[in-house]
Amino acid sequence: MSGSIVPESIARQPWRVLVPLTALVLFGAAVLYSAASGNLRPWAITHVVRYGVFLAAALIIARLPREWFKWAAYPAYAGILFLLVLVELMGAIGGGSQRWLNLGFMTLQPSELMKPAIVLVLARFFDSLPPGLTVSWRGLVPGVGLIAIPAGLVMIQPDLGTALAITFGGVVVIYLAGLPLRWFIGAGAAAAVAVPLAFFFLLHDYQRNRVLTFLDPESDPLGTGYHITQSKIAIGSGGFFGKGFGNGSQSHLEYLPEAHTDFVFATMAEEWGMLGGLFVLLVFGLILRWGFQVARNSPDRFSQLLATGMTTTIFFYIAINLMMVMGLAPVVGIPLPFVSHGGSSMMTNMICIGTIMAVERWRTRGGLSG
Amino acid sequence: MAGTGPHVSSGTLKNSFDRRSFVLGAMQGGVGLLLAARMGWIAVFQNAKYELEAESNRVNLTLVPPRRGWILDRNGAPLASNKTDFRVDIIPDRLVDPERSINLLGGLLNLSAIEVQDLKDKIEKARGFQPVEAAAGLDWDRFAAVSVRLPDLPGVIAQRGFSRFYPTGPAVGHLIGYVGPASAKDYEEERNPLLVTPGFKIGKDGLEKTFEKELRGEPGARRVEVTAGGKIVRDLDSRDDVPGKPVQLTIDGPLQDYAARRLGLESGSVVVMDCQTGDILCAASMPSFDPNRFANGIGRIEWKMLSDDDHVPLRNKVLRGLYPPGSTVKPMVALAFLEAGLDPEETVGCGGGLRVGNRVFHCWNRRGHGTVNMAKAIYQSCDVYFYHFAQRIGMEKIAVMAKRLGLGESYPLPVPGQSYGTVPDPAWKLKKYGKEWAVFDTVNATIGQGYMLVNPLQQAVMAARIASGNVLMPRLIHGQKPPLVTSLGFSQEHLDFVHKAMSDVVNGPGTAGRAKLPIPDVLMAGKTGTAQVVGLNISSGKGGQWKYRDHGHFISFAPFDKPRYACAVVIEHGGGSGAAYPVARDVMTFLFDPAKAMEVLSGMEAGWGGTPQQRMEAKYRVAAAQYGVGAPKVSDQDQQSATGAQNQPSEAPPQPIASAAASPPPEPVAEASTAASPVPQPAPSPSAMPLQGPTP
Repeated sequence: MSGSIVPESIARQPWRVLVPLTALVLFGAAVLYSAASGNLRPWAITHVVRYGVFLAAALIIARLPREWFKWAAYPAYAGILFLLVLVELMGAIGGGSQRWLNLGFMTLQPSELMKPAIVLVLARFFDSLPPGLTVSWRGLVPGVGLIAIPAGLVMIQPDLGTALAITFGGVVVIYLAGLPLRWFIGAGAAAAVAVPLAFFFLLHDYQRNRVLTFLDPESDPLGTGYHITQSKIAIGSGGFFGKGFGNGSQSHLEYLPEAHTDFVFATMAEEWGMLGGLFVLLVFGLILRWGFQVARNSPDRFSQLLATGMTTTIFFYIAINLMMVMGLAPVVGIPLPFVSHGGSSMMTNMICIGTIMAVERWRTRGGLSG
Repeated sequence: MAGTGPHVSSGTLKNSFDRRSFVLGAMQGGVGLLLAARMGWIAVFQNAKYELEAESNRVNLTLVPPRRGWILDRNGAPLASNKTDFRVDIIPDRLVDPERSINLLGGLLNLSAIEVQDLKDKIEKARGFQPVEAAAGLDWDRFAAVSVRLPDLPGVIAQRGFSRFYPTGPAVGHLIGYVGPASAKDYEEERNPLLVTPGFKIGKDGLEKTFEKELRGEPGARRVEVTAGGKIVRDLDSRDDVPGKPVQLTIDGPLQDYAARRLGLESGSVVVMDCQTGDILCAASMPSFDPNRFANGIGRIEWKMLSDDDHVPLRNKVLRGLYPPGSTVKPMVALAFLEAGLDPEETVGCGGGLRVGNRVFHCWNRRGHGTVNMAKAIYQSCDVYFYHFAQRIGMEKIAVMAKRLGLGESYPLPVPGQSYGTVPDPAWKLKKYGKEWAVFDTVNATIGQGYMLVNPLQQAVMAARIASGNVLMPRLIHGQKPPLVTSLGFSQEHLDFVHKAMSDVVNGPGTAGRAKLPIPDVLMAGKTGTAQVVGLNISSGKGGQWKYRDHGHFISFAPFDKPRYACAVVIEHGGGSGAAYPVARDVMTFLFDPAKAMEVLSGMEAGWGGTPQQRMEAKYRVAAAQYGVGAPKVSDQDQQSATGAQNQPSEAPPQPIASAAASPPPEPVAEASTAASPVPQPAPSPSAMPLQGPTP
């Protein structure tokens, strides 16, 4: 990457990720342009602009030294936890559930910020935990507690998708931290028991319906099964080469719900076919592979846990969203990173990307600190 | 894997991380492969299935209601046609906020409170995707006002279509019936998507119902691209409809209209038949409903108006009205006498009554007719003559003759139903009531009272058969091959005799002198009849409460020496035959000189408040002002069989067992009068006449 002609400040940018990422965002913008019947407004423009803004933020994050991350981990976690409680209180006072805070210039969804924050705080915790204690209760209980508190708060919002994302990100960091496998097996067994109970006693009706519908979408084709059915029709009717740019009847005639947000992949697949789908998967593959390589090449435990956790958080978004639109998972309202229109998701994912870039930078720049 | 050994160092953790991150990466790669495979399955292997589903999402096949076949009169003029119009329909299932949409629509269409209420009734009753007509026959402005607001009105459809049009409105209401949107029941019987296509109407009554199959035609189709919300994006292609086949009737349109209008304010019917073919030229029943107004369902006010009317505008009196025929049976009875060998010159003395055993049966003319032979008995309608000879000849022969002439018969006509009435004879009475036939039964029957009940069509058939001497069957459908007309086998001499006597009813010293046609060289023959409705102890039958007044009958044919047309008129509670024969005279006049007949009618309609349509509109306005939105709802069943409800019995309704002879009501005009007033004057009231019972 570093040639003599190219200035060093440009050459040292993480092009390996920026090129595929930008390609994906621009492709997403094209899909949004088509979804708006060939208009840049209201989605395509803001999508690109947001990417630009959050990319700048990510590049700034990437310049922060490791110590700052370590130092900020607990305060950031505590601060976001406070915001979650605040949201909950405001919802209780205002009546009805609320997920965001209105800051005046933007609405902030604290649960989104919690996704990278949980990875950060757990990486910090296990980094500072003496190795011998990793396999003891002193490793497990705080870790689980750090996950359970925010996940619980998000769960009662209620936002099952984000709660699962937080849990997944956290559990992956614990797993990577080296906690005994039997604990995970035990937890898995407990979950096998608890999930049916939670399904019947904890989930809201609409959440239960989504799960039931996922199991048999055709049972209620005009109700909650509608989303999945229409999404599959959009993807299936696209075929291998797609119907052509701007020719997607499912999205243009409004059969596909949420065509520009959660189901943007179906919108894309209808017009670009399997070819477009493979391109998206390939780009995601490149980004995730980059994240893993950054983690594996990192010399220290904190960097490793942080980078892998961030990568996995992005992966969780992708996997759940794509499984949902293809009828392999229930409808849980998780957008597709970098393609779906939506500021919160873009922000979270760009924080993850920025963090991984920072980890990469710590290694290549040696012990330099800011 | 991760050791649980006593010593855990950062080295073991590093190893553990490497292994576990590898597992995690492999898992993520696996998920990626799974997703790619899943996508390949959906997009490539199941592509055909999903392409079809996307296509069936995108493309909506809309049926275009076929143009309904016209109903034509014998000369090819339309009695029912179609006119293009702008219409607005509602699909209730697609309404998002019914209350708001209907109120908005009501404002755009300029509907009155009553119309909005009717619309809400209809929407409430509609099931599934059954469309409801909000308005039809819209002008461009109102149609455009709705069209531009369609995006705000999901479930509302504005389109150009055809609606049924009956040029003469109420005049053909009973005969032709009407069309309306298919009901849920219709759809259950015939699962045809056309039935729930907005704007499609099916025949609900009368010929529209009978000939539904012929008239319907084949729907056209329009393939359109629609959004999930049902909004049409563009037309893809379309197929034209195949219009229904026309049905040509034997009806003479102008005559039908004339007869209906001529009935005026009366409740009655007029039937005209061709004496050569049996063609029904006119079958008018009034008052009627306007089938044009029924096409989009029956509103509350309309329904209240029609069902409250004691003139039963919902009953087709031609086929469903059953009446004691009164003296109109006398030519038939006379023919039975002649066939039985009675010498027409044999006389009986009429002194106003006839003593049989220890009972006296009165003639309608209490003063008596003096010496009466058969001819005089017909033209003067002498009851005593018939009492006397009927006992000699016997009821069986009279009943046989009545049936030969078409009474008590249900004809093979394409109509939803006929009430065929009763021709009583001893066997019938024994079977029905388990009682022996009594003398007074014969007495009643010979003057068309008692158990005997006929409908106006039967009376016309009787007149036509007497006129022609042939077995004429009434026909309603034109263009079939001319019927094979066979003779009834009467001697021409007998027929001539009866014809002459019937001519004398009108043109001689008979009971209907004012019925003489104002046409030179055309003489009409006829027979009056006055049928009592209640005993004389309740009402004289002439005046007083309308529902107690006598029915007026008149059967006739013309020209009397070469019969061409036969006509039967019934005026319910007209107070006697004097109400009936002027109508017959004018209708017959119309057949020979329409201009002259129209002149008479226009004078009368000026006094009645216009044509039936104009009068109905005025009446609706009054009713609307009176009831406002307070009229009761029209129930589903009512709507289903608007006319059926009034037409249910096809057999004679149960009658009380006669225990006495009915008193013959007087003929209104005993002498050949020269007065030309079209409004009958009640004859001097024979109020002294009590209902007859056995006299000691």
